[in-house]
Amino acid sequence: MVRVIAVQLDDVRKRLGTVEAVRGVDLTIEAGQVVAMLGPNGAGKTTCISLMLGLRKPTSGQVSLFGMPPSDRRARSRCGVMLQESGVIPSLKVKELVDLFRSYYPHPMKAARAIDLAGLAEQAEVQSSKLSGGQRQRLYFALAVCGDPEIIFLDEPTVGMDVEARRAFLSGIHEFAAAGRTIMLTTHYLAEADELAERIVVMNRGLVIADASPREIKSRVAGKKVRFASPRPLSEVDLDGLDVKSFEHDGRYYSFLSNAPEPVLQRIFQLGLEMTDLEVAGADLEEAFVSLTSQHEESVA
Amino acid sequence: MSAVHAAFDSAPLPRMLWKQTQAQVVNSARIPAFSLTTILLPIMFFAFFGLSHTHETLAGSRVSIGAYLMGSFGAYAVSSAMVFNFGIGVAVARAQKLDLLQRATPLPASIAIAATVINALLFALISLLALFAFAILAGGVHLPLATWVDLTLRLLVGAIPLIGMGMAIGYAAGPNSAPAVTNLIYLPMSFASGLFVPIAELPQVVRNIAPYLPTYHYGQIAWNAIGAPTESMEEAVLALALWTVILFALAIRFFRLDQTRKFA
Repeated sequence: MVRVIAVQLDDVRKRLGTVEAVRGVDLTIEAGQVVAMLGPNGAGKTTCISLMLGLRKPTSGQVSLFGMPPSDRRARSRCGVMLQESGVIPSLKVKELVDLFRSYYPHPMKAARAIDLAGLAEQAEVQSSKLSGGQRQRLYFALAVCGDPEIIFLDEPTVGMDVEARRAFLSGIHEFAAAGRTIMLTTHYLAEADELAERIVVMNRGLVIADASPREIKSRVAGKKVRFASPRPLSEVDLDGLDVKSFEHDGRYYSFLSNAPEPVLQRIFQLGLEMTDLEVAGADLEEAFVSLTSQHEESVA
Repeated sequence: MSAVHAAFDSAPLPRMLWKQTQAQVVNSARIPAFSLTTILLPIMFFAFFGLSHTHETLAGSRVSIGAYLMGSFGAYAVSSAMVFNFGIGVAVARAQKLDLLQRATPLPASIAIAATVINALLFALISLLALFAFAILAGGVHLPLATWVDLTLRLLVGAIPLIGMGMAIGYAAGPNSAPAVTNLIYLPMSFASGLFVPIAELPQVVRNIAPYLPTYHYGQIAWNAIGAPTESMEEAVLALALWTVILFALAIRFFRLDQTRKFA
């Protein structure tokens, strides 16, 4: 089978005001892939999506959608989109909106199927302004898939969804992906990226800092954060050879990130340090990324 | 593979325009504040200003004051549908970020704008017909059929520059300031053009300014249709054409500025 390139970014940079939101990204997404772009707020994910959709023009570099400029109507006819910030004609009902969006596409799916995929069958006759936050997100999903596009872009799709809405939504995505469609979504939850995608692209400060399978990413991201107080000084050198990232100390307080905190703590006890206020917690994504970023910067240097 | 069949293809534009217009019309009809004011205000004004004079004739002509004022409020009805409903509608749609998602779909911006214009014209036509019906039944206004048709066509086609004005305001003003800005520009303009009170009764200063206003010439083509004395139609058409160029240039400029702000 011929490999179709759905999205291609070549050394793309984008300056927004005084900030360089995207600082040289190369990315190729083949048709049929389910890709999650993961990163903390401000990493440049939304800007990347806007560039892929032709909503913004790159300051430099090349963006193409199915080999065409993203603003080309033929390229757009092959894409479905769910944006973070968007609105629809407020007094129209779910069914009417889906029907309207279907008319934008050359080969749409049946309206009922799009509504089912989004889990909105019960709300089909409800005006969009009367939907809850989660239902609204699912409406946007229905609008993204109703044209039966080859690729859908989902920017932070599960924001504002409760547990039930999220479950219905994820099953809709799985069903759509099972039909061989390409999915590009952004999220700042590693678990969500892991659950949905076969490939995770990690972004931080406008750069792609990792691009691998969920398994590999998980093994590289620090899982635990350890924090404690000690009256006696401790140096990072004392922990040489162990899995310790982002070692910091502030007065009596020490902290570090690690995927294997137990042997590190063992070493600290062997050093005879008196430890108080010990906390071991799951590192949040922001912290996990800091460890990935510092690795990235080391490997670049 | 089924996904490949859509390659190098896009949906037909006439169908998009039809669906988009349908959606706009349904939306307008579901907002009574929009649809009812568009239809009722001109009738109300006609009832206040016109009903007591319906049987008098205009000085120096055989046109009844009733018919004359019906022409005035017909012009008011269509122009307010363009400037108020369309202009403020555009500003509100921008605030609701309707354009953001739309822009990422294959729907061309020109089709989306055309649908809003058609919707505004349709409601303008409905309000005109309602006003005419009221003028006939309550005001005893009688005109030959050809005149009714002529008046309706003139009012709809002559409103083109005002569509440009509505669009310019819609893309320049925010959703909160749009109604105020529109009132500030459009209401004095309508008054000065003689749409509420005949021009002959306005102060000299205002009468001197009037010929520079688009609504003045718009009123002239309406009154001319029912046989009232007016400026020459060549003059009116030329002025309206000039205003069309100016107002659409402004509208396009504000539209581009808005797009650059969002999508640069």
